[in-house]
Amino acid sequence: MTRYVIGRLGGVVVILLAVCLFTYLIFFKLSPDPAVMICGKTCTPDRIDSIRDVLGLNQPLLTQFWEFLRGIVAGRDYGTVHCSAPCLGYSFQTNESVWNMLTTRLPVSITVAVGAAVLWLLAGVAGGLISAIKQGTWWDRSAMALALTGVSVPNYVLALVLQYVLVVKLQVLPFPAAPAFADNPVLWFESYLMPWTVLAVGYACLYARLTRANVIDTLAENFLRTARAKGLSRPLILRRHALRPALTPITTIFGMDFAGLLGGALITETVFGLNGIGKLAADSIAKNDQPVIMAVTLLAAFFVVVGNVVVDLVYTALDPRVRVTSS
Amino acid sequence: MTLLRVRDLSKQFVIRGQGGLLARKASFTAVDQVSFDVALGETLAIVGESGSGKSTTARIAARLLDPTSGSVEFEGEDISRATGKDLARFRNDVQVVFQDPFSSLNPRYTVERIVTAPLTYQGIAPKGGRRAFTRELMERVGLNPDHSQRYPAQFSGGQAQRIGIARALAVNPKLVICDEAVSALDVSIQAQVIKLLMRLQRESGFSYIFIAHDLAVVRQLSHRVAVMSKGRIVELGSRDQVFGEPRDEYTKTLLAAVPRINPEWDRRRRLSKGRS
Amino acid sequence: MTDELFVVEDLTVTLPTSRGPVDVVKDVSFTVGRDDTLGIVGESGSGKSMTALAVLGLLPPGARTSGSVRLDGRELLGQSEGELRSVRGNAISMVFQDPLSSLNPYYTVGLQIEEGYRAHRGGSKRAARQVAIEAMERVRIPDAARRVDDYPHQFSGGQRQRIMIAMALCCSPSLLIADEPTTALDVTVQAQILELLAELQTQTGTGLIFITHDLAVISSIARRVLVMCAGDPVEYGTAEQVFSDPRHEYTRTLLDAVPRIDDEVML
Ligand SMILES: Nc1ncnc2c1ncn2[C@@H]1O[C@H](COP(=O)(O)OP(=O)(O)OP(=O)(O)O)[C@@H](O)[C@H]1O
Ligand SMILES: Nc1ncnc2c1ncn2[C@@H]1O[C@H](COP(=O)(O)OP(=O)(O)OP(=O)(O)O)[C@@H](O)[C@H]1O
Ligand SMILES: [Mg+2]
Ligand SMILES: [Mg+2]
Repeated sequence: MTRYVIGRLGGVVVILLAVCLFTYLIFFKLSPDPAVMICGKTCTPDRIDSIRDVLGLNQPLLTQFWEFLRGIVAGRDYGTVHCSAPCLGYSFQTNESVWNMLTTRLPVSITVAVGAAVLWLLAGVAGGLISAIKQGTWWDRSAMALALTGVSVPNYVLALVLQYVLVVKLQVLPFPAAPAFADNPVLWFESYLMPWTVLAVGYACLYARLTRANVIDTLAENFLRTARAKGLSRPLILRRHALRPALTPITTIFGMDFAGLLGGALITETVFGLNGIGKLAADSIAKNDQPVIMAVTLLAAFFVVVGNVVVDLVYTALDPRVRVTSS
Repeated sequence: MTLLRVRDLSKQFVIRGQGGLLARKASFTAVDQVSFDVALGETLAIVGESGSGKSTTARIAARLLDPTSGSVEFEGEDISRATGKDLARFRNDVQVVFQDPFSSLNPRYTVERIVTAPLTYQGIAPKGGRRAFTRELMERVGLNPDHSQRYPAQFSGGQAQRIGIARALAVNPKLVICDEAVSALDVSIQAQVIKLLMRLQRESGFSYIFIAHDLAVVRQLSHRVAVMSKGRIVELGSRDQVFGEPRDEYTKTLLAAVPRINPEWDRRRRLSKGRS
Repeated sequence: MTDELFVVEDLTVTLPTSRGPVDVVKDVSFTVGRDDTLGIVGESGSGKSMTALAVLGLLPPGARTSGSVRLDGRELLGQSEGELRSVRGNAISMVFQDPLSSLNPYYTVGLQIEEGYRAHRGGSKRAARQVAIEAMERVRIPDAARRVDDYPHQFSGGQRQRIMIAMALCCSPSLLIADEPTTALDVTVQAQILELLAELQTQTGTGLIFITHDLAVISSIARRVLVMCAGDPVEYGTAEQVFSDPRHEYTRTLLDAVPRIDDEVML
């Protein structure tokens, strides 16, 4: 088992390196010369040269890439400026350390992702479960019709409608501002409520449908008949024998969805003006701020790849049949 | 000619040692130094104690499980090294009929889809179309061909078992591993299926590894018999030798324990048949 | 009347199919007394398992039943789930035909034996676990104390079958319905299990319904035999009568087709 985990982590490093190289090539080599961009309007060939020198752009590509990697692990120097350990460079736009930009914004994205995940899991799984148990009833049909609609409503439409109704018209919620939790818990909660909901709706609908299908399949299994034949109570049968087999495959999907969200919810964050990774990505792309683009891409890749490993490990723990049993 | 060659096969399963989670891992030897050959057109029966490693051996031979040590060669090639095209061919040439029918059939597929899936993967269109192909196969194993659009859950245990047999025969394999493949069939259908298997052997040279507990059936259709107990083959010989002059103590116990229909009742029935 | 533990009268089971309802069991009647064994044999697909499932109300969704099924005079057919719950696994236990798919792959066999016991007898987890280990020992699972914590896929086919039996026995039912409980067992273990069942019957007076294709086993354990063919009960009588003087052509064909260990061989 330990060997398996180590092997998987080795795989993670390799994939991340590949992603690094790939993004590096695309963003630094195929896009406009960064030196020109940084230099701005009042530019002379001299200045461009000195900027190229500081950024190391005159060196061979592989050396540059190597410097970039080394910067992440050991820090690097740009001329006289030292950029310490996890160094991802400086923004071309604001000159801020990219690492600092990430760390200040990540909590916002995590808050958004966790809150939304809690909501959609609760709503999706509960809804799907009830639908499956009451299969074919009025409840089931309307819930599933709703879920089908919910999946197809675009995020930004929902966001704008909610914002208009709740904030502008009814004024029951403040305009989202991402305050710190410690300062004002109520305001914090109110601010995040809309982003959470908007993000959760689509997923919840999807998960409701998945859960329903899985539970219905499980209810038809022979082992469920055995559980009934033993005279177990219905709640116990559902909780123990139906739910676990039905939900285990969903954890895999959940892990991937959640990992994807940690890398930033682009649309939701932008619409609600939340300063998370998603908004950072959107802004940096709009302004062609290459170091930042590079960093958010890497961060997203990191979450997805690590998420993948975590999901596999969790699945192995949940399904006895795939636990490694042979020596 | 030797089709399958199994040498010194062993399989150990990791088991929890005594003393909770942190206990040192122990291992249990389910298959212990097993060697045998299956010739082209031959039926090798494996009989023996419940839990003696028959299914495990079969699963390793079909490369559904990796052995701890030992080798399996199919047509002279080590199957553990087969990849890509070779592996696909091996998977086609060696078919398994599993011991627990329902768990080996996809509950979401109709019989037609289950039976023709291996052909579909290979891009082969059965002549006469899928429907006719499935119907014919179903008829051969004694199933009602009108049920080709039903799902596994809509069949009885013995019927599901026959779907498994039909699936194995659909792709014209060279070796069929039958793990208790006829145990859930009534004796008349069983006889029909056994006749079918034997005819395919005569006509197309199929080889079989036939795992069964019903020694009377084994005696009907096997050329050679391997007797397993506690992971080992304790006796391997021609059918007549194993049934006629068993050498091993376990084989003798086994043969002695075969239940028989009350001979007195049998005799009276035969007599009454003569009368009526 | 005292020994009529279990009575089935004119049981008919109708299942929905895409081509309309089909009667898979037609007017089946039989009785099982205390310490009595009824053998059900017949064609594959003749409705043996459906008869068994109908008794406990475990038929597939959409199934309809008619007739009467009585245990100790109490009608079971058409009872609500709630009422049947106290009977299932307690007064009537069942061993299912396909053990692998009948066991939940996500839980240890120990838990799956324990939960049935605790549902009816209560008691602590530890006590139930002890019951589970003893039940597994009785059906001759080697190293039972360690193997209670293993999962179904870690057992051999015959071991799983015995676990199903262990599960059914742990509440000492008045009636045990065993659907092909020994097909995956070698003849020596089979003999041990049959002995165990016989022992249980003499001790607790359990009635046994034994469904199998193995006519030799039936001839040695059953007092009465029911032969089914395509949903119809074609013959019902004492074992001696059915085996020595079958009335119906199907029974005769069946008995003639039994392969015998000392037969001439075709090969
Ligand atoms: N995944 C596993 N982990 C641990 N032990 C296992 C595993 N699979 C099988 N075993 C054990 O290995 C032994 C051999 O199992 P196998 O299924 O090969 O027996 P078998 O000869 O087919 O028996 P049967 O006739 O009952 O089907 C058994 O004792 C079983 O408990
Ligand atoms: N869900 C279902 N829907 C429709 N028909 C079904 C369904 N389940 C079973 N059947 C049919 O009912 C008939 C009786 O099935 P049953 O399982 O009782 O047979 P059986 O006598 O136990 O056979 P076997 O010996 O093969 O187990 C079979 O012909 C089968 O095809
Ligand atoms: Mg086996
Ligand atoms: Mg059946």
